[in-house]
Amino acid sequence: MTGMPAIRLADVRKNFGATEIIRGVSLDVAGGERHAIIGPNGAGKTTLFNLISGRFPITAGSIELRGQRIDALPPQRINRLGLSRSFQITSIFPRLTVFENLRCALLWSRGYRYSFWHLLPRARALNEATEALLRDLNLAERHDLPAGLLSYAEQRALEIGMTVAGGASVILLDEPTAGMSHSETEYAVALIRRVTEGKTLLMVEHDMRVVFDLADTITVLVYGRVIASGPPSAIRADRAVQEAYLGAMAA
Amino acid sequence: MTRRSAIIWLTLLAVAIVLPWLFYDFAHHRPAGFVISMLSQMGMMIILALSYNMLLGQAGLFSLCHATFFGFGGYSTIHFLNAAGAGELPVPTELMPLLAGLSGLGLAIVFGAMATKQRATAFAMITLGIGELVATAALMFHHFFGGEGGVSTDRMIDQSLFGLSYASGIQVYYLIVGWTFVAALLMWLQTMTPLGRMANACRDNFERAQFMGYDPRIVRFLQFCLAGFFAGIGGGLYAITYEIVTFDAVAAPLSANALLMAYIGGNMVFVGPVLGAVLITLLQSGVSLMSNSWLIYVGVLFIAMVTFAPAGITGIIMAHGPVWRAGRLSRLILPYLRLVVPGIATVAGFVGMVELLSFLTIGAAAGKHLVLFGSPIDANTAAPWAIAIVLLVVGTVWLRFEARYFARVWESVAGSVEARA
Repeated sequence: MTGMPAIRLADVRKNFGATEIIRGVSLDVAGGERHAIIGPNGAGKTTLFNLISGRFPITAGSIELRGQRIDALPPQRINRLGLSRSFQITSIFPRLTVFENLRCALLWSRGYRYSFWHLLPRARALNEATEALLRDLNLAERHDLPAGLLSYAEQRALEIGMTVAGGASVILLDEPTAGMSHSETEYAVALIRRVTEGKTLLMVEHDMRVVFDLADTITVLVYGRVIASGPPSAIRADRAVQEAYLGAMAA
Repeated sequence: MTRRSAIIWLTLLAVAIVLPWLFYDFAHHRPAGFVISMLSQMGMMIILALSYNMLLGQAGLFSLCHATFFGFGGYSTIHFLNAAGAGELPVPTELMPLLAGLSGLGLAIVFGAMATKQRATAFAMITLGIGELVATAALMFHHFFGGEGGVSTDRMIDQSLFGLSYASGIQVYYLIVGWTFVAALLMWLQTMTPLGRMANACRDNFERAQFMGYDPRIVRFLQFCLAGFFAGIGGGLYAITYEIVTFDAVAAPLSANALLMAYIGGNMVFVGPVLGAVLITLLQSGVSLMSNSWLIYVGVLFIAMVTFAPAGITGIIMAHGPVWRAGRLSRLILPYLRLVVPGIATVAGFVGMVELLSFLTIGAAAGKHLVLFGSPIDANTAAPWAIAIVLLVVGTVWLRFEARYFARVWESVAGSVEARA
């Protein structure tokens, strides 16, 4: 992959009080690749996501999205630049219907912004796009159900749908298959593959089958540092990774 | 707008137009004055409650200063009317509420910029401060607010789009009907706009909204401004109706009333606050004629709603929807009937206690006679006290028992309905 990376982290550090959680992470995610971050619990994977997506400010270093500094921007500005994320703990609008959840996720990218002069029932193109996405997620039958009443796996699917709805070209998924059964996981992987086609995907994932199935590149984060980064075959063969992480898991 | 909702809106409008004529006063050949003033009050309160719910129900913003914008719209209107009366403001009476709304909007822009930086508890505390600030200002700055006596005007400015003088209450009532209809319709349509929907979204999960491109602060701010605009319209109608606006119109009790109406009616459904406004106004004008203690009853009703039915009256009604559609409503008839007698006993016992106590402390001193449920009572004998206490205790215990039975039946009915769905 040539040209500018989709995401570039340069010596990113994050302290919470005196505790250093991210201890100098440098990472390039190439445009169009599927990149997985793995690592033991407490390695700082989710924190890293929170830094990239603007949820927390960084302590030092820099984060670029396609060459543009984003580390001082609020989440909504980063999102408007084409980066969208999901959450480890499902984050939807529980009292809105499934349809409304998805439609909200489409609003900004469709240019509606803070309008109080457009009537949504009349926004045909928007509603059709929402319906199409709903079918794509296999949630068409849940159209009018409050999202909080969906099953867990359905909520995860909705969350992925809301993340990709706005058409962001860089997608961050935080443990999209956490807590899913085997068949649910298979379905979710297929869904992720489908909806992130042609986009850059950065994901945190614990399920090694999912990681080795989906990812083009794997980065291993241990204790706030990158100990290895490369294609799955290289990571599998890496001694340091085996000792620090994969070995421990196998044992 | 769908055909069905158009029919509902037009029906409500027709009811509002016809209602005063159902209480025709044949002695004076005009609709009854008491009814007209009560219905007029209802109109203003509907606007106040609906605009309050743009914050509470739709945006999850617990504002404690909504009367500020209502009252400010009212004060401004008094000055607009005075200017118009002096020939300095060529605006017809019919459009005065629009100016009032813009006044409310202007103030909401200023205070909204402060309050909506925060959400949840911090937001509530800032609005409490704003409410107190303006209420204090109303007593201090006489030029605009007129101090304790307030400011007054003469609404007959002789500037009307329809050649009306607004000398009679019924003309003012129709002005209120028109504006309440327009304001309610606009607020309803607003719930279907991107801003309205994102207000719901930020209420449910503001962080998610951020990661979808929206700044929740801007959503809150715009929603707050619009709510202030509509509250101002309500205040304008208040000023036109009463021709005087005092401290009461910006003070905390009216803000609390807005909350009460939206909550009791139900803040999760658009019509909830309308129902709440109608009910509270009825209590205010009806029960206050019968009892000094009406505020206590409103307070107890509020506490009971918060405790047992947080979704309000409309929430209770909506909960029956699935049961009704499943054809199981008949199974609830008996449990409901069994609640009636202990319910009445509890309420009667409570009312009896409150009235007896209040009579001893206030009524007797004022030289009044106590009449309870149609019969004269001597509060200094033991019998009425004993009856009230027995009713209250027995009613409460019995009601608890019946409520448990009701809950069991409800669970099983609702459970079976859910299982079918």
